[in-house]
Amino acid sequence: MAAEALIQFDNVSHVYGRGTQQEWDALLEVNVTIRRGEFVAVLGHNGSGKSTLAKHANALLLPSKGTVLVDGMDTRDDKKVWDIRQRVGMVFQNPDNQLVATTVEEDVAFGPENMGVPTAEMQDRVAEALEVVGMTPFRLHSPHQLSGGQKQRVAIAGMIAMRPKCIVLDEPTAMLDPVGRAEVMSTVRRLNRDEGITIVHITHFMDEAIFADRVMVMEDGRIPLQGTPSEVFSQVEALYKLHLDVPQVTALAHRINAHGYSVPSNTLTVDELVNALCQ
Amino acid sequence: MPIVVENLSYVYLPDTPMQKQALFDISLTINDGEFVGIIGHTGSGKSTLIQHFNGLVKPTYGRITVDGVDLSRKGVDLRSIRRTVGMVFQYPEHQLFGETVFEDVAFGPKNAGVPEASLEERVREGLAMVDLDLDTLRDRSPFELSGGQKRRAAIAGVLAMKPSVLILDEPTAGLDPRGRDEILAQVQTLYHQWNLTVVLVSHSMEDIARMAQRLIVMENGRIALEGSPSEIFANAERLRGMGLGVPQVTTLMQELHRRGMTKRADIFTLDEAEKEIMQFLELKHHGHA
Amino acid sequence: MAMLRNITIGQYIPGNSPVHRLDPRTKILSTMALIALLFLVQSFAGYGFAALFIAAAVYISKLPPRYVIRGLKPLLIIIVLTLSLHIFMTEGRVLWQWGFIAITEEGLVRGGMMGTRLILLVLGTSILTLTTSPIHLTDGIESLLKPGKPIGIPAHELAMMMTIALRFIPTLLEETEKIMKAQMARGADFESGNLLQRAKNLIPLLVPLFINAFRRADDLAIAMEARGYRGGEGRTKFRELSFTSFDGVCLAGVLIFVVVISFLF
Repeated sequence: MAAEALIQFDNVSHVYGRGTQQEWDALLEVNVTIRRGEFVAVLGHNGSGKSTLAKHANALLLPSKGTVLVDGMDTRDDKKVWDIRQRVGMVFQNPDNQLVATTVEEDVAFGPENMGVPTAEMQDRVAEALEVVGMTPFRLHSPHQLSGGQKQRVAIAGMIAMRPKCIVLDEPTAMLDPVGRAEVMSTVRRLNRDEGITIVHITHFMDEAIFADRVMVMEDGRIPLQGTPSEVFSQVEALYKLHLDVPQVTALAHRINAHGYSVPSNTLTVDELVNALCQ
Repeated sequence: MPIVVENLSYVYLPDTPMQKQALFDISLTINDGEFVGIIGHTGSGKSTLIQHFNGLVKPTYGRITVDGVDLSRKGVDLRSIRRTVGMVFQYPEHQLFGETVFEDVAFGPKNAGVPEASLEERVREGLAMVDLDLDTLRDRSPFELSGGQKRRAAIAGVLAMKPSVLILDEPTAGLDPRGRDEILAQVQTLYHQWNLTVVLVSHSMEDIARMAQRLIVMENGRIALEGSPSEIFANAERLRGMGLGVPQVTTLMQELHRRGMTKRADIFTLDEAEKEIMQFLELKHHGHA
Repeated sequence: MAMLRNITIGQYIPGNSPVHRLDPRTKILSTMALIALLFLVQSFAGYGFAALFIAAAVYISKLPPRYVIRGLKPLLIIIVLTLSLHIFMTEGRVLWQWGFIAITEEGLVRGGMMGTRLILLVLGTSILTLTTSPIHLTDGIESLLKPGKPIGIPAHELAMMMTIALRFIPTLLEETEKIMKAQMARGADFESGNLLQRAKNLIPLLVPLFINAFRRADDLAIAMEARGYRGGEGRTKFRELSFTSFDGVCLAGVLIFVVVISFLF
């Protein structure tokens, strides 16, 4: 993957409450490049710095040290803030607390309204965005009539209508049931595959990270582990030490190997393990 | 304190345009000392069902009895029922209100009429049951605690009433894997060491399957399946159809079973899967040798 | 507690009548004109014409008359109170007397007038809310207030606040119900005791409710900022209000009607 960089973190540190008793380093000299069109999953337990990292990607937070470049623009440049936020959309954890308007279509229009998109074009954008996430039949519904998964899809549509290059999702599935999680994940994967939108997906459900091009694991404001999903998940012991889950199939492969067999340790899916056992 | 539900139906907002039947003719019993899991996706009626167990919701038809007391009977002391059947709601930390941890945890026992002198003991015990220490937390504001601690403090507020049945609605919702494992381990302790009857409501199959002795699967306001975890997971196809996640290991073992490689298809824990696969591998190994 | 979600006063009834389709500004201005008329007119004949006007509006908007009248219910006490206050408190020719309580002819007339005025006021304004969705109402108010911006009327901010309030009312009602149940599960009692006791008992409900509301406000502010919100400046609208020639004719008609009736009666 030699595609060019979309978001670049250069030696980024972030300190909360500097000079107070609660001073706390949320990010420590992080170097990360998110490439165009990539699907990156970020794993890590609460307080590991995932959300802080995410909020740096669209200038909701600014680095205490180091620089963040989005599409070549420095997030500390005041004049570029709105361009950056248009380019990098963000979906948050609580589906209730990010929808602003009283109807679905109205809410999707909120971003474009802020950008000053002309009304006629806006209507097209909203219709298109709702179509992409499959929420067109609900366009006149009020948000409180929707399920959690549907609300998150509306939030995603609100980003798409702003025509971003990248969407950062900060634990969008943490409060959803399995049906809602599946809805959101298939929407996100489709956006990445069909619309070419770069995805940064923050989660603690490892089964959602399996689809990513790259997995980054955060701990104490650093990224001690990253690579393709099979590279990362094959490190079963390291993940356990970080209190993270491992796909059950991978854990099983690990256990079988402890008995002296040699199943590939990067096994992630049921089919892979079945095939390995059949040989 | 057995909870007996007989022919329970519940209609939400009857005689209005929003009228909706949420539960249909449900009968079940929660026996003393049981660990029962209730699974179902959002809107299946599981939360409405459990809120009948301590009289927070009144049945439209049917009857609920706790230890022989009919909850719909006039003059029933619902407060004493709610003391014996403790209920922990989803995101319980959102109900914290006290200025101090002590005040918050003491709220339940105080309402239950526990005398001032024994209040401290109750609070201490409630907190201890979830691994929190009264002496370090007494005067702290509950809102200053970490996410996981807040949730445990809220659960302590229910435990301090000394319930004999504990109902937990999605106690791990929104937690990370570490927080989830901590809470689940605590629930195990409450069941094994404190001898509480536990009803655990969840949509996470993986967790509930290895902890509960009996599972009740809800769908569209009805009981769709009921039985031991292995009986339930023998119906994996049906569970998937209901939008419930089946553990990956169950999917794997069913595929191996379908191919005739292993004997059992009703496996849902890693330990059992490991045992079963090892048996197969040993056999295959010896076959080759 | 289910009743919390069952509030229906002035709730919008979707429809496609000419009244529904009118620009919200036309409806707001017409309603204001009607209110002015009700205060200018001092005779039953005048009220008769106003009632006729309201009846026509209900008919054209295809609203179920019974639903419109039901809107008076919550105000019944105030109407009865006004009526009796005027009937018993006005001096004049005594029609009937019992002890110190007397009903006078003037009292009956004034009471009747006040009562009628109040009823027509409620019915008239409820047509506005019944035929106009909250969103359109907000848009209309924002647009009508816009000219006041130079003198410091924050039209956009007010509209934004109304929208957010409308958006979160159902969420907060649901949350109230949930917290109430959770505290009741810990033995809280919201139903008995004297006034002071009851107010005190609300603390375990109100504290979490406020804290959660602040948390939501915080989240929402961040989400709005992430979506490029920076106040009303340079903002376009998803729905543009369109004041058609039909609106013009209707508004002119209403104004002429109001002026003529208030002059004649």
